[in-house]
Amino acid sequence: MCSATPTRPSSRGADVDRVPILKIGGILLVSIQIDMADQVALQLQEDLADRVVTTGCHGVIIDISALDIVDSFVGRTLATIASISRVLDAETIVVGMRPAVAITLVELGLSLPGIRTALNVELGMELLAQERAVPPLLLEVEDGEVEDGSAS
Amino acid sequence: MALSVEEANRFAALLENDRDDLIASWAERVIGTLRGRLSHAELRRQISELSRGFQAALAGGARSLSDEPAAELRAQLSELSGGRARQGFSATEIAVSVFALKESMLALLNRQDGAAATLRDYVAFSSFVDEAALFTFDSYVRVREELIADQAEQLLELSTPVVKLWEGVVAVPLVGTLDSARAQVVMERLLQTLVDTSSPYAIIDITGVPAVDTQVAQHILKTVVAARLMGADCIISGIRPQIAQTIVALGIEFGDIATKASLADALRYVLGHANQAKQPGR
Repeated sequence: MCSATPTRPSSRGADVDRVPILKIGGILLVSIQIDMADQVALQLQEDLADRVVTTGCHGVIIDISALDIVDSFVGRTLATIASISRVLDAETIVVGMRPAVAITLVELGLSLPGIRTALNVELGMELLAQERAVPPLLLEVEDGEVEDGSAS
Repeated sequence: MALSVEEANRFAALLENDRDDLIASWAERVIGTLRGRLSHAELRRQISELSRGFQAALAGGARSLSDEPAAELRAQLSELSGGRARQGFSATEIAVSVFALKESMLALLNRQDGAAATLRDYVAFSSFVDEAALFTFDSYVRVREELIADQAEQLLELSTPVVKLWEGVVAVPLVGTLDSARAQVVMERLLQTLVDTSSPYAIIDITGVPAVDTQVAQHILKTVVAARLMGADCIISGIRPQIAQTIVALGIEFGDIATKASLADALRYVLGHANQAKQPGR
């Protein structure tokens, strides 16, 4: 179930530091352990889009617990990744934001719109599991009386 | 008017010769003002020390309280006033203890004769005692200010506990006025606790906050937004009727943040939410 395939080299600079993308079940896990330079962020965005398509995963978890600084560019990249994943039918959750980072973002007035967050990877996976467990269409059928057939 | 050296010496001699009489009448005058909060023996001890201090200062040729020979006396006075300040005496009560020396001295002088000379002496001595009393007042204020500073520091330390209410639910009962410094402490502690306990829900209870103005609301909102950024949900509880009216009157918008009247309501809401989120998955 667990595999860590190295990301394929893309057209853009092969010497750029890469963030590894791990596939766990139906979830892609990205743990950012290095400084998010602009080039690294763009590379991650590109790699992640590729991997979502090739693996057909329905969830992406981005762990930023090792990041001391989240600037506006990184924030915007995260939002872009979330939007791209949503187009590809995958939910993105950013987990492990440090208190100091959150306080700084609030003081700067950045609220990362469109990004869902969880406290840690575990809670993030729970959240994704809930999402996938209740497809909206099925929910309506459950509410109506299916058993006794008096609905129609 | 300052004491001349001869006057100082005359008074020093007087304090030395009629020591016991003076202390007795001085203590007698003071004990009435203290209303039994200090024992007679304790008071006599303090007063005899003081009178020895006065005597030493005057014999040393001190013309006013700021002179070098009076250094010992100044130390005694500030110790007396500091001690009494901590015991809760008022500034007047401390000053009266010193002023009483004047009356006792007048009684002593009355027994002697030579009216014109003693009057001049007495006025000079009296201004010396006034200085001493003012000095006790100053040190009283200083000690009280130290006390207040200490208490403010203690208050900041004990101000913000973050308590775990339920599995995955923490609460911050805010008590007292919320200024920027305290709001910062509260925010940092709450966010850190969320990480440490990995609790996805936090309740901010403002029952103990006496007033909510736009600034306080701003601090609370910032905390809630920061918690959301980290992936935790915040509920504000303990909003009293007057506070609710103020919030509306000031036009403060809490947006989509859940607000509840009591902590119990908030907990019920959170537990309901948590269950709802869990059930379909299992």
